[in-house]
Amino acid sequence: MARTRTPLRRFLDYTVLSVLAFVFVLPVLYLILGSFKPSGEVLSGLAGFLPTHLSFDNYKAVLDSFNSDATGYFWRFMGVSLLLSTVVVLGGLIINSMAAYGLARLRWKGQGAVFTLVLLLMLVPFEAVAVPLFYLFNDQRNTIYIQAVPFIANAFSIYQFATFFRAIPPSIEEAARIDGAGPWRTFFAIIVPMSKPVFASVAILTFLTQWGSFLWPVLMVSDPLVRPLPLEMSVFQGQMPVDWGQVLAFGVLLILPVLIVFAFFQRWFVQGVASSAVKG
Amino acid sequence: MTIVNPAPATPAGREPAPTPASAAPRRSGHKNRDRVHGLLMSAPALGGLIAFVGVPFVYAVVLSFYNVRLGSPLPPRFFGLEQYRRIFTDPDMSGPFLRSLLNNLTFAAVVVPVQTGLALALAILLNRKLKAIGLFRSLFFLPVVFPMALVAVIWRLILARGGDGLLNSALNVVSFGNWGAFDWLGDSLTAMASIIVLSVWQGVGFQMVILLAGLQQIPGELYEAAQLDRASAWQQFRHVTLPGIRGTLVFVAMLTSVLSFRVFDQIYILVKGGGLDEDSTRTVMYQAVTTAFDQNNIGQASAITVVFFLVVVALTLIQRRVARTGNED
Repeated sequence: MARTRTPLRRFLDYTVLSVLAFVFVLPVLYLILGSFKPSGEVLSGLAGFLPTHLSFDNYKAVLDSFNSDATGYFWRFMGVSLLLSTVVVLGGLIINSMAAYGLARLRWKGQGAVFTLVLLLMLVPFEAVAVPLFYLFNDQRNTIYIQAVPFIANAFSIYQFATFFRAIPPSIEEAARIDGAGPWRTFFAIIVPMSKPVFASVAILTFLTQWGSFLWPVLMVSDPLVRPLPLEMSVFQGQMPVDWGQVLAFGVLLILPVLIVFAFFQRWFVQGVASSAVKG
Repeated sequence: MTIVNPAPATPAGREPAPTPASAAPRRSGHKNRDRVHGLLMSAPALGGLIAFVGVPFVYAVVLSFYNVRLGSPLPPRFFGLEQYRRIFTDPDMSGPFLRSLLNNLTFAAVVVPVQTGLALALAILLNRKLKAIGLFRSLFFLPVVFPMALVAVIWRLILARGGDGLLNSALNVVSFGNWGAFDWLGDSLTAMASIIVLSVWQGVGFQMVILLAGLQQIPGELYEAAQLDRASAWQQFRHVTLPGIRGTLVFVAMLTSVLSFRVFDQIYILVKGGGLDEDSTRTVMYQAVTTAFDQNNIGQASAITVVFFLVVVALTLIQRRVARTGNED
């Protein structure tokens, strides 16, 4: 804002920002510190922040103590979560971008009406269909695919792709057409490579939503062998007596893949989130 | 086809673009040339949307008119509006549902202004050219990537009752031992406030990033001109910043209100394992899930779902109305 910044003013800015950021990040620090502490010392008031007796014991225990079909296995929870995210993100990128192209850039009768239908379906949050889906697919509880398939097609992703595709100059496609490329080739060879930003933001938003998904697993999964991480997190923290060190270590392992992706694609995260709303 | 400019000044104008039939009469011979390809390309996603959104949604309405229970040997029986009568006016059965509606409204009424205001303050604070400003933005955005299941557990520890909880322990220190044994989650007076705090902590970075993008679209010359006119910081905020992001602000507030009606994860987790007071925090979705899942009462849960949807649609329609009048300025 203001162009005139004295060193004192800048110092004040940094102080305010640092204090606020510190308060804001405290819960995350608490999580990470606690995951390395003996369980008895986690829940001990402010002393929970003292970095004493740090070790990897909780992590070892998390990896070792889930060791039967009745408890599930840590790497299975992780595997299920990774598999679900991969299927939903990749499948979604393919079919939603194709649909957006077919609806936003190709010319056919009825296309406007179909696109309007997609926009209307965008108004229906998953919460509004969870109960009937639970009833409809009740005989398929505790399967992997029923956890993923309903989330691949996504009206909001179609909308994001369509907004981006519409801003591409038509001359590019006309040129491809004159060279004899059909719609499929135009899409995969020309449109997709030039649309990396929208693919990145849709992928990140879908990944975040899917990785933290909780409502649907609560309804559909009871078997520990097909449980994704967030559901197991809620089961684990509800078992008395709670082993806090292990619960927090589990939490760190749950968030680790997201943080790795976040560290590499930070710019895309923030841009993707912002563009999804501002351009909307 | 016309190119639709995603005009940044009208972020909430989610109108469907003009259909090509009306927009591009040129080359009318080709109007239908891509029919087969267009249909084939959209078929997989459309099929998925119809199967997993469209049909279940209609089915929810149908089920809400039936007495249908999961695992019951009795066949579904037509019930008319009985489910709705029960959840709204039956003296024996309407209590929890009406309470959940009230809780949800309370949650939204607090979270929408608080979270939007906090997000705006953070966005303004972070909208400056300082070294390492990107790091600060990331730190405030960080909780957004945390799944609610994890957030709930961290806050369960922070808000733990007795002197062991982090917050209680901190209060104990600053009050020289006079405070410090609140049961934040378990006490019906503070349970909802606790949920609000942890939800705002997790979500505010999302709104902040959207508002930051809106702030960056305000031309810097406007501020320079205001400074030449010796406008104070408050006057600049009031007459340059606020009008410049009015549309974004309305959009963020409405998005937050829809999101705050969908709140479920943290309530469910903390009620089931964290000693959260159930009655003062149950929300509409919590009510729908427990009715369907714990009581196997699909018909009544569907009726709750339909009410939930109507509230969300009403909020969305208000959002559009407000955004439209806003854009006419």
